[in-house]
Amino acid sequence: MGAGSAIRHALWIAWKDLLDISRNRMGLAMLILMPLFMMGMVGYIFPSNSGMSHVPVALANLDAAQGNASLGTKFVAQLEALNNKTGMMDLSTVGSADDVKSNIQNGHQSAGIIIGSNFTSNLKTGKQADVTIVVDQSSPQTSSLVQTVLTQTIGQMGTQTATYGLNQTYKTPLNVSLAQVAPYIVQTTGTVPGQTNYFSFVAPGIMAMVVMMSLMTGLPHAISYEREVGTLDGMLAAPVRRISILGGKVIAQTTRGMLQGVIILALSILLFGVSIQGSIALVLGLLLLTVFSIVGLGILITSFTSTEETATMIMMTLTFPMMFLSGVFFPIQQMPQFMQVIAQFLPLTYAVSALRRVVVLGVGVQAISTDIIILFGFGAILLSVALLAFERAMKR
Amino acid sequence: MNDVAIEATDLVKKFGDFVAVDHLSFEVKEGEIFGFLGPNGAGKTTSIRILCTLSSPTEGSATVAGFDVVKKGDKVREHIGLVSEKMIMYDRLTARENLRLFGELFSIPRDVLRERIDELLQLVQMEKWADHQIGTFSTGMKQRINVIRALLNEPEILFLDEPTLGLDPQSTSEIRDFARSINDDSGTTIILTTHAMIEADMLCDRISIIDHGKIVALDTPSNLKKVIIGADTSVVELDVPNITPTLVSHIQSLPCTQTVTVEDETHIKVHASGDEACVNIIDAVRSGAGQIRSIHNVEPTLEDVFLYLTGHEVREQVADKVTTKEPRGHGPRVQSRIR
Repeated sequence: MGAGSAIRHALWIAWKDLLDISRNRMGLAMLILMPLFMMGMVGYIFPSNSGMSHVPVALANLDAAQGNASLGTKFVAQLEALNNKTGMMDLSTVGSADDVKSNIQNGHQSAGIIIGSNFTSNLKTGKQADVTIVVDQSSPQTSSLVQTVLTQTIGQMGTQTATYGLNQTYKTPLNVSLAQVAPYIVQTTGTVPGQTNYFSFVAPGIMAMVVMMSLMTGLPHAISYEREVGTLDGMLAAPVRRISILGGKVIAQTTRGMLQGVIILALSILLFGVSIQGSIALVLGLLLLTVFSIVGLGILITSFTSTEETATMIMMTLTFPMMFLSGVFFPIQQMPQFMQVIAQFLPLTYAVSALRRVVVLGVGVQAISTDIIILFGFGAILLSVALLAFERAMKR
Repeated sequence: MNDVAIEATDLVKKFGDFVAVDHLSFEVKEGEIFGFLGPNGAGKTTSIRILCTLSSPTEGSATVAGFDVVKKGDKVREHIGLVSEKMIMYDRLTARENLRLFGELFSIPRDVLRERIDELLQLVQMEKWADHQIGTFSTGMKQRINVIRALLNEPEILFLDEPTLGLDPQSTSEIRDFARSINDDSGTTIILTTHAMIEADMLCDRISIIDHGKIVALDTPSNLKKVIIGADTSVVELDVPNITPTLVSHIQSLPCTQTVTVEDETHIKVHASGDEACVNIIDAVRSGAGQIRSIHNVEPTLEDVFLYLTGHEVREQVADKVTTKEPRGHGPRVQSRIR
């Protein structure tokens, strides 16, 4: 038996598997719905930008008014004026610091602003005045966002007040006053023009992940299931090389996975406004390479387990942490040190990172050559170990 | 090629501590229908799997169609067809697609394959179902396609592992006739495993009775039956309408009785030895106030042979008929077996 017939046999087995998949209506529907759900969920659940809008905030003005010149009231007016422009908060006035706390504890408000009782007197006597931001510790993400935005806002208000004061007191022109008070201006820019949203960050990751999941759950099904129902024996008792059987299965599952990957790509572009900066061919090539890098793992597990159930369970146990550790949803740089170390041993990490740079930054092959080499390495090592294990498992 | 289709020498297969096949040696001649008869778990299927290169033997060797199953697995596979206990069919593929797939896996040239598929479909009268998905078929229809699938490569040796298990009577007899005609028409050697005694008796030229991984006896069906007769054993069937457990145990306790099987509410079958056996049994029934409606000597069946040789029944279904039950796979042990 030559290589020609080995390839032909593999293609026939793949044809059989794909025919089987295409005739399973329910399975086919899931094949298309799964990526849709995945993108929709992830895209809407995670914050799509770093701004906030209509966050309910409690406001307590404890400033002991001195006559009718309450600077606290002026502060509140300034805050409200600013807020009317941005609409980032829903302000509601409460009576005391305790009210602010209890409102947050009851879940009525997500944050609070307390203006200190010596606000006016401190300012009048040449001291700094206190403004306290109260955050909801039960929701760390919101609280850090609120903290950042409010600190910025109040800082801005301070700058405005100081600039105005300088202008009033020393008659310096307003623009000069501003340069005196806030001498530095910070601008943030990316390497490609335009704004990127969270979808752009997450879409390449989900693509890699879905291709991986498809392969990792599809393979044990394709092989262990056939072993269980006995049809694998039919192929094994025919003059067909083991590698052809495996090859056929891998071709079929890869096709299925790639199809899902392409669906995600299309959804990202059409529904979620992701623009692919790099070449689409490179994206697809990278997806294929991702498949190559982990297919060995799938075969290995399938070889070591005798039933579909156990194989699927092990696959799930492995793929789930892999999904999170490889930076599909959260940047690896945000993880603790030991997780970052683990992430370095996952092929998906490199796949996601390379895909992301192609999709978002539009880089070419040159810029991701290291990732490509590493992915090839993973694939070659895993696959050669897996093929040995598979050969042995088939002889049980 | 020589006229030996299969030669097994001291085959052993262990799964951990469990010995599934225990030093099995036998020869199958070309053109023979060779039966493996035994209860579930006797090692029939494991032996077949070794011969089909699906499993490698722990010890020993075997050649199939002149090729060593371990060293020349690929060559062996070209010359065999396998109908295993589980159907080798894909439900979502049509009959023709299934056949085409397996034909391609045997590298049969496309035009030859197309013709052969049509011929085979005609042979089992399934041509009008050719383009329907297998999943919509009845078990009998599926099995017909399954059997012709194993014939696509015109194998010299066809393995039929429990081919009629779970089929209705009509399909069963069709499959049996079909197996017989394949053997007659093209001289295909057939290895048949079964626990249906009638099937083995009807089809096989020679039968090896296998129990606990060992061959207990290997001969033609008629010679096997002679074992019983030669051993001065007669099989007597009695119709006693008012049979009671006391009566059964009374018959068992007779010196001439070997085994007693309760066939149904009124019939018992007794294996007994000695010239006086019949008279003794009649006396025993009478003394227990039993009425004998009829009594006759029966020609021993393979079932009787199996019982005689191994001391237990073949089919676990018989468990309903005898008083004690044993776990599946070993067959029920018949009361008081005196040897």
